[in-house]
Amino acid sequence: MSALVQERATAQPTQAIASEPRRRPSRRTVLLVSAAVVWILGFLILNGTSTLALPASELTDLHRSLNQFNAWVAANRADNPVFLYIFTPLRSAVDAVANLFTTTFAATTTGLRLPEIGWLGTVALLTWIAFAVGNIRVALLTAAVFVFFGIQGLFVEATYTFALVLTSVLLTLLVGIPLGVLAGIYGRVARIITPVLDFMQTLPTFVYLAPLALVFLIGPASAVIATVIYAAPPVIRLTAHGIRRIPENTREASDSLGTTGLQRLITLQLPMARRTIVMGINQGTMAALSMVTIAALIAAPGLGQTVVRALQSLDVGTAVNAGLSIVLLAIVLDRVTTAASRRAEPGSARKRSASRKTRSIFLAVSLAVVLVMVQLSRTMLWAAAFPQDLNVGPAIVQAVNAASHWLQSNLSLFTVSLREGVTNGILNPFQSLLTDTPFYILVIVIALVAYALGGWKLAVLTTACLGVIIYLGLWSDSMVTLAGTLVATAVVMVLGIVFGVAMGRSSRIDQLMRPLLDAGQTMPSFVYLVPFLGLFGATRFTAIVAGIIYAAPVAIKITADGIAGISPTVVESAVASGSTPWQVITKVQLPMARQSLALAANQGLIYVLAMVVVGALVGAGGLGYDVVAGFVQSSIFGKGLAAGLAIVFLGIMLDRMTQAAAAAPARRIPSPVK
Amino acid sequence: MRKAERLIKRTMPAVAGAAAAALLLAGCGGASVNQTAAAGGATGAPCGTVNVAMNAWVGYTADAAVYSYVAKNKLGCTVVQKDLNEQVSWQGFASGEVDLIMENWGHADLAKQYITDQKVAVDAGPTGNEGHIGWYVPPWMAEKYPDITDGQNLNKYASMFTTSESGGKGQVLDGDPAFVTNDEALVKNLNLDYKVVFAGSEAALIQSFRTAQQNKTPLLGYFYEPQWFLSEVPLKKVNLPKWTEGCDANPEKVACDYPTYKLNKIISKKLDDSGSPAAKLAKGFTWTNEDQNSVATDIQGGMTPEAAAKKWVDAHQSVVDGWLS
Repeated sequence: MSALVQERATAQPTQAIASEPRRRPSRRTVLLVSAAVVWILGFLILNGTSTLALPASELTDLHRSLNQFNAWVAANRADNPVFLYIFTPLRSAVDAVANLFTTTFAATTTGLRLPEIGWLGTVALLTWIAFAVGNIRVALLTAAVFVFFGIQGLFVEATYTFALVLTSVLLTLLVGIPLGVLAGIYGRVARIITPVLDFMQTLPTFVYLAPLALVFLIGPASAVIATVIYAAPPVIRLTAHGIRRIPENTREASDSLGTTGLQRLITLQLPMARRTIVMGINQGTMAALSMVTIAALIAAPGLGQTVVRALQSLDVGTAVNAGLSIVLLAIVLDRVTTAASRRAEPGSARKRSASRKTRSIFLAVSLAVVLVMVQLSRTMLWAAAFPQDLNVGPAIVQAVNAASHWLQSNLSLFTVSLREGVTNGILNPFQSLLTDTPFYILVIVIALVAYALGGWKLAVLTTACLGVIIYLGLWSDSMVTLAGTLVATAVVMVLGIVFGVAMGRSSRIDQLMRPLLDAGQTMPSFVYLVPFLGLFGATRFTAIVAGIIYAAPVAIKITADGIAGISPTVVESAVASGSTPWQVITKVQLPMARQSLALAANQGLIYVLAMVVVGALVGAGGLGYDVVAGFVQSSIFGKGLAAGLAIVFLGIMLDRMTQAAAAAPARRIPSPVK
Repeated sequence: MRKAERLIKRTMPAVAGAAAAALLLAGCGGASVNQTAAAGGATGAPCGTVNVAMNAWVGYTADAAVYSYVAKNKLGCTVVQKDLNEQVSWQGFASGEVDLIMENWGHADLAKQYITDQKVAVDAGPTGNEGHIGWYVPPWMAEKYPDITDGQNLNKYASMFTTSESGGKGQVLDGDPAFVTNDEALVKNLNLDYKVVFAGSEAALIQSFRTAQQNKTPLLGYFYEPQWFLSEVPLKKVNLPKWTEGCDANPEKVACDYPTYKLNKIISKKLDDSGSPAAKLAKGFTWTNEDQNSVATDIQGGMTPEAAAKKWVDAHQSVVDGWLS
């Protein structure tokens, strides 16, 4: 310990830890500073040794044995009982459901490839459903957006995506709601399920595409299964939450009437939790949309394929056109499910009871009209296939392409120098600090930081995670990914603090920003890539920018909520004692919102990490590249699988460390140095 | 119980609606305009549906566009194009998602897995195109540094090719990670002071080479023939140690240049057995590098693939008739 205390001289009081006596830095500060010193000394003295770098073309024995697994699955698919009785029937069942919806709304596999109920029937039916579960406003929005898909020339693609989202959401509910109910009623189930859900949510979307495609083969069935895995956690969580939230006395009142468990579930718990459950459906639907788009890489039809093709041909116009469709579809799905959750509110039925009868009549009449339209679509070609004359897609594509060419030729000096500046000035030095330091030094450094943040338990956990990464043979690539992730998160935090403080201090800015942030969060990650790819080319910089854009909204929101949540009396007393606004922000608001900031950093990191693999499609190296390459080159399949696991362990480590930072403020750790 | 009743009442219309729609669908399940209109277009044997994998380079698009155009308009087939990566497409033979790969580059391992072992795919013969992969430099470099086209001199020039992405070494610019490539292994096994960086796509590669030639900036990159872009900028190939039979058997130990690929078509066993004219067309399809380049140039120039295919087919009626007879 004395050696550590001697470093005190270098311990600069970097942040204002107001309540701590200045002379004695807290034990945490000492630990953090000594970690930094060990790291820098290790980097300077032992630079380039024991870096565990694995050339991209080389595999470890572990990777080769995972490759064998690939061959084993292929060889045993036809006669292994697990495949014969579980995986293959599951695949055909899911395929059948997906097929039902895609042929109804998007395109049949034979004939003219028109939707079974035509474009007019599809628009009419979906509008009617939107009205039945929501209100007239969302119904009109639905009609407008689906007609606009036709005008964009993307009706088939958009309805394919919609049909797959629908399939996935239905299957997600089939799995998620019973699990959520169980977890809500029995604490033991919740305790088992929660860590599994945590794990599922740290898994970046791309990581399970390759193994899933291996087991379930490529095609819509695998896409739907991947989507269910991705969309189930919010549904399960919110269902359980809704049931657990019911006040104890309400439950007791029901029990005193002698209801049985099942009766209680049907008459009390489900109806009372309905609003929260529908919110879960909303969250699940948004998650499903973003996954269905990415599943284009395993042959899921729809808008995702258009975006992928545009990425590959650098066709910004087509990508923007398809991206617009995705955003519109996201808005429709969001609004309709939100309206449904409003309708599900316990009080809303009574409020509307006056008009309920008229509503029912209107529903019945409009249903008849819908059925006529469906029948029309099945007999008339103009109602079956969207009229080509109304297609303005090519015009949109050309206009955007012209604009993007103009930007590229006029801004290239700026974009290139910005990219080169950031890459050479920040990213490369930081990355070499991570990749060129011997691995054992970094393990010690990270363990020290973990110990400072969360005690020996966290230190053991992080060391174990790093151990797994070393065992997977991907240390160096993990450090490349870590460097990009940390740089992106740092920028996310800067944005989070700047905009979060502005929003937290002014409700007008909040009102202005919040819809933008909401829109940013509903957009599937794929869509971000395209414009930046056009501006910056396929480089790590582009991937980092995409990660920042993806993660910034959530960090800004959390910070804003933290700042706005500080008791106004504290702020007022600071103002009354003559503090300038700057002093109020730096001395009162930011220190008091410290936990929100740490939470924002936590969420920012997880979101950035989720973009790592997607970013590899536009030039990010490291683990993301390994995953993408393993997916598309069968000779390095095993390495890709290992890289996917490494991302998960990196994610768990970063998540736990930032959570610990959020949970335990520095001053509460008792200091033995007296 | 009142609450439950209300719940049922509220969901009744939705349930009724769904049931009515289902009834309606079942009621007129038979003939719809969708199926009847399509049936009229076909002549001779029924063709059915062909799922064509679309790999991401323009040469491939040209092959697939011409095939699709002929299958659709001469045979009345329903053609479904699916954008898939090169090796992922092969998995589609097993799952039934893919019936046809129009331009296959080698892939002996996949051929063994899906053609020999699993018997879900069949070799449908050569496309008539001969494929070359290699490392290329823009023509201005070959003029200024004549000895650069000899692979042994690459280390001498490594410092010229450094970029912010290549970590102090020379950069070898590759295309899509999904393309056939040994470049990572080549760099290591030939002891080259280079790092492989991925541009991400054919389009990005082409753009980089075009800019390099225009601005006379150094660039070393992965490229291939047949390729329309070579008639715009005639890139110069760098000679690596000559390919010999079996020198690239182990992907980790490759230290030789790429072989010459006899590009071929692969069809699913299912399509082959169906006796559909689409299978016959797939087997008959063959053309030259010039043919492919002319269609690819049109597509690159802004024509839709269908229009470019139509133009070529109209000008080469006898060739197309030869495929079908």
